Amino acid sequence: MHELSIVMSIVDIALEQAAKKDAAVIDEIELDIGCLSTIEMNAFEFAWKQGVKRTILERAVKKVNRIKGKGNCSDCDHTFELENLYDACPFCGGYLIGITAGKELRVKSLVVS
Amino acid sequence: MCATCGCDTGATITMHEHSHQHDHSDHHLHEHSHKKVVDVEQDILHGNNLLAERNRGYFDAKNILALNLVSSPGSGKTSLLEKTLTDLKGQLNFAVIEGDQQTTNDADRIHATGTKVVQINTGKGCHLDAHMVLHAVQGMKPVQDSVLFIENVGNLVCPAMFDLGEKERVVIISVTEGDDKPLKYPDMFHSSTLCIINKTDLLPYVPFDIEKVKANAKKINPALEIIELSCTSGEGLTTWYNWLKLKAAAAMPA
Repeated sequence: MHELSIVMSIVDIALEQAAKKDAAVIDEIELDIGCLSTIEMNAFEFAWKQGVKRTILERAVKKVNRIKGKGNCSDCDHTFELENLYDACPFCGGYLIGITAGKELRVKSLVVS
Repeated sequence: MCATCGCDTGATITMHEHSHQHDHSDHHLHEHSHKKVVDVEQDILHGNNLLAERNRGYFDAKNILALNLVSSPGSGKTSLLEKTLTDLKGQLNFAVIEGDQQTTNDADRIHATGTKVVQINTGKGCHLDAHMVLHAVQGMKPVQDSVLFIENVGNLVCPAMFDLGEKERVVIISVTEGDDKPLKYPDMFHSSTLCIINKTDLLPYVPFDIEKVKANAKKINPALEIIELSCTSGEGLTTWYNWLKLKAAAAMPA
């Protein structure tokens, strides 16, 4: 359940940013969560409900951008969609793959009032 | 974006570029909706990563080789530590941080070897984070030119995300587990630099294909080093000790 730690970090970041703008309420929050970032979305949703309780994020509309995994093969230099960390390069079968997308864990923006 | 109230309506952007004649009516609109868009673009793990780098800087400055030991519960992390601390006593200086949800059982076992040890109880937490390690290090004050083992909470999932400031991450798997474990928990094997396959003395009794587990781990992380050993029979321990001494020597320039 590291998802709860992740939610608490998001709450900290959001509250800090809202305080800087003297905001009373956070209306919307936009997150980037990569598909290779080890976040289990069911656990995340559960943790979210608990984590935002009695904060100014409680009623915020949450938008989550799931960013698909992408890999670049060090052997043949092809870039391709990567679903699992153990997938081979579909072009040459190699496993020496650099992850170029899908690991994102980011608070992108807020709408506050 | 409107520089006066920060609202993000398209109309206000053009407004500031020319005359201010229509200021008044536009601002009535703004007053009804005080919504502001805040571009944050901040990594969620930023706080942990900053503290991890702070720990790493401290370890580098004091020539401390910090190792983060991760595995499922029961793979033999504490037994491997007991054996290592006893066998290499006098050759290297050691300190240990023990991470468990509850009890000081593991710290007691390490303490019995005569090694400096701090126990972190995470309560309900499923992993150590850089903040916990920072405070543990502040309390224990590991000596210059030493090896610091950080035994993480037994869990192959959550600790993968949290950098503690370690130099190397060591994942331990035992032959009583499934040989498909790297595929089931790929993140831990992806983020580790060394994989120890423990309890090899039990290989004749279990359906564990050691070549298959190595191949599976290498699919996820081709650069992963692998050492096979048994704390019971002592087989392979020398390879582990040599690896440790080599890394320690690199961390402690003469």
